Amino acid sequence: MLSIKNLSGGYGDKKIIEDVSFEVEKGEMLGILGPNGSGKSTLMKLISGVLPVKEGMITVDGKQIADFPPKELARTMAVLPQLHVHAFSHSVRETVSLGRYPHQSGWFSSWSKEDEQSVIEAMRLMDISHYETSQIDQLSGGEQQRVFVAQALAQNASILLLDEPTNHLDINHQKELLDTIKKQAIEKDLTIVSIFHDINLAAMYCDKLLLLDKGEIYRIGEPHEVVRELDVEAVYRTRVSNHPHPELPKPQITLLPNVKRDISLTQVRAEDFLISSQMVLYRSKVPLKTVSSAVVNPGSGWFRNFMNRHVDAAYNIDNSPAEMKSFIEKNELKSTDTVGMMTAVQTEHAVVKEYEGPFGTVVITVTAGVGNGVDVSKAVERTMHVGTINTWIMVNGTLSEEAFIQAMITATEAKTKALQQERVLDPLTGTIATGTSTDSCLVAATQQGEYLPYAGPITEIGKLIGRGVFECTVEGIKVYREAKKA
Amino acid sequence: MSKNILAYIVSLLLLCGAIVLGVTIGTVSISPVVLWNPASDAAAANILWNIRMPRVVLAGLVGAALAIAGAAFQGLLKNPLADPYTLGVSSGASVGAVMTLFFGISLPFLGTFTLPVMSMIGALLTMFMVMGFAKLVDRSMKMETVILTGIIFSSFLGSIISLMIALTGEELRQIIGWLLGSVSMRGWPYVQMALPFIVIGSFVLWLNRRELNAMLFGEERAQHLGVDVKKRKLLILIGGSVLTGAAVAVSGTIGFIGLVVPHMTRLVWGSDHRHLLPLSFINGASLLIICDLVARTIISPTELPIGVITSFIGAPVFAYIFFRQRKGGSLNA
Repeated sequence: MLSIKNLSGGYGDKKIIEDVSFEVEKGEMLGILGPNGSGKSTLMKLISGVLPVKEGMITVDGKQIADFPPKELARTMAVLPQLHVHAFSHSVRETVSLGRYPHQSGWFSSWSKEDEQSVIEAMRLMDISHYETSQIDQLSGGEQQRVFVAQALAQNASILLLDEPTNHLDINHQKELLDTIKKQAIEKDLTIVSIFHDINLAAMYCDKLLLLDKGEIYRIGEPHEVVRELDVEAVYRTRVSNHPHPELPKPQITLLPNVKRDISLTQVRAEDFLISSQMVLYRSKVPLKTVSSAVVNPGSGWFRNFMNRHVDAAYNIDNSPAEMKSFIEKNELKSTDTVGMMTAVQTEHAVVKEYEGPFGTVVITVTAGVGNGVDVSKAVERTMHVGTINTWIMVNGTLSEEAFIQAMITATEAKTKALQQERVLDPLTGTIATGTSTDSCLVAATQQGEYLPYAGPITEIGKLIGRGVFECTVEGIKVYREAKKA
Repeated sequence: MSKNILAYIVSLLLLCGAIVLGVTIGTVSISPVVLWNPASDAAAANILWNIRMPRVVLAGLVGAALAIAGAAFQGLLKNPLADPYTLGVSSGASVGAVMTLFFGISLPFLGTFTLPVMSMIGALLTMFMVMGFAKLVDRSMKMETVILTGIIFSSFLGSIISLMIALTGEELRQIIGWLLGSVSMRGWPYVQMALPFIVIGSFVLWLNRRELNAMLFGEERAQHLGVDVKKRKLLILIGGSVLTGAAVAVSGTIGFIGLVVPHMTRLVWGSDHRHLLPLSFINGASLLIICDLVARTIISPTELPIGVITSFIGAPVFAYIFFRQRKGGSLNA
């Protein structure tokens, strides 16, 4: 266990690190974050014994590092500094072999089997075995970095101090390197302290993070306690936004550039929707921030094109996303820039209406068919059918994350109310349907104009959505029934 | 590993060849047979063992000392332009020698050995002053500090030499001759005098071969790897300075060997100090023996200063190896 108590120190008489205390357990990885000049590297140099400690104590398993002889310290603690240029070149193998220096003693010390194995293992872990005989100055920056990591691993120390280990590495090797180090930490019970530039990488791999600001601890704790918008903004003086990692329970951040999106004000207008027997298509000049349950590009994202395509009721639904993508491309739209939905309903029956509120307007589009209505409270296993009620809500305004979700809830409630009013029944249960089995909903916003933090039913925008979706759905159902009769 | 064995075999063969050539060629040609059968020609054996052999051995020792010291200094200073004279030790040795000639000093009991002894004293004094001053300036003795201190001392001592040259009259030729360097007319006593310093100095450097490897990546990195940097640095500086002082004391300031032999060795055999140091030692010996041979035979009976020849032969050889290495990729790949 590495323990740091009330540590202060720096260069000469200048204190750069001020009263820093923390502990790192065996098998644990601590990430040090902080802006340039916050003292990250100085803290590393104090821990590794390169700079003298002014005040405080650094102990490894209760023993002060100042009391370690140099070789014993190197057997206990391996350091990966930032890459340095050097005048003379070693081969990769010679370089990695130097990691065994602290394990050798005596005037004629010979190379032991253990030395050999450690070197081979370290080269294998860092995927550099095939460069063994190359001179390191002939390798790329990333390859050199891996050689130095291998050198540190060959030291077989129980503590690893890393100063930006992913420097110069492409994303594949960043991941490989951190995976390897993390695996080593777990398997060999290593204690790892690493400086990171990349907050997201640090949050993904570290058990604990330490946010350093002007030589002092600004915050320390688990990633979710440290990677927070306000803290990161305060320390790094830059705007960021927090979001969760898609696979891991770790927070991530995204930079928010100060460059304004250079666009003229755009408005979504009901008359710009192209309605044909094949599809309802809306093409926006600028990407709209979108949340949807579409077939192509569901979830959230920024898109320019919105397609609600008519398909035959017998349409094979198995590989619909792929087929839908190629259909989008056939219509000379980019599938990466298009949200695509499907409906068995005749698309020329689509209802598109614009509603005006004090902040701006909302355009609602509904294609409704109620052939397979479902009462959700009584739904059991049912087979999939082609979707019938597709609802689009396009807002001329700036929506917050929660407003997107609230808009979605409000729209769904309004839809259900419309089905109730039109007495749409679930054919299996005979009760009033709450929707159909494959309904889709889409909320998109220009993210220009007035900021709308909430979109619940009693907000200005919520009122518009509620009324609009209700009216459009009722009208859509009526048109559908008319068409059925005819 | 076979590459390293090959390196030693090639280098040792070169050295043997150089020694044989060195002792057999001259104003009187001597058959190599005399080497193992002195009885075959007693007069030739006398020349070979009492005149040529000490000269060749001295040239070899001086060349070896300068080359291994150069290799160590280049590695320690991480600077390809460093050589044994970078730290000013040679200037100290020169001041000692030139002073002896200028003032006609002759110390009791030493006689003709006054000059090398004075030179050695000058070298050691300078070494301690350079290190002491560097330590005063910067307690951690960063290499940049040591280099700068060496340059300051070199130029100061150089000015003293220039002053003595400017003021001297009849000793001028002697002084210039000494400064240009020579191994002629020294005999076995000089070999005996230089040998212990060169053996000890080389051994000290060789003991630090792995530390030198580590220090190629910088002092901080070496410390991470467990090198006791302060102690090792001091040992290497002292070892190299003792070698340089001993070499200069017995032969004057012979240039080029200490700069170029380590480079040539590195280019051909790689920069691992475990082998670079001994190989530089052997090759430095060979090169200086050959240079001395050329110096005394090329316009015989006149002898050229050996320093002229070291550059004259060394530079083109260096240029060729450098060219091949850069053009054809690595020779040591």
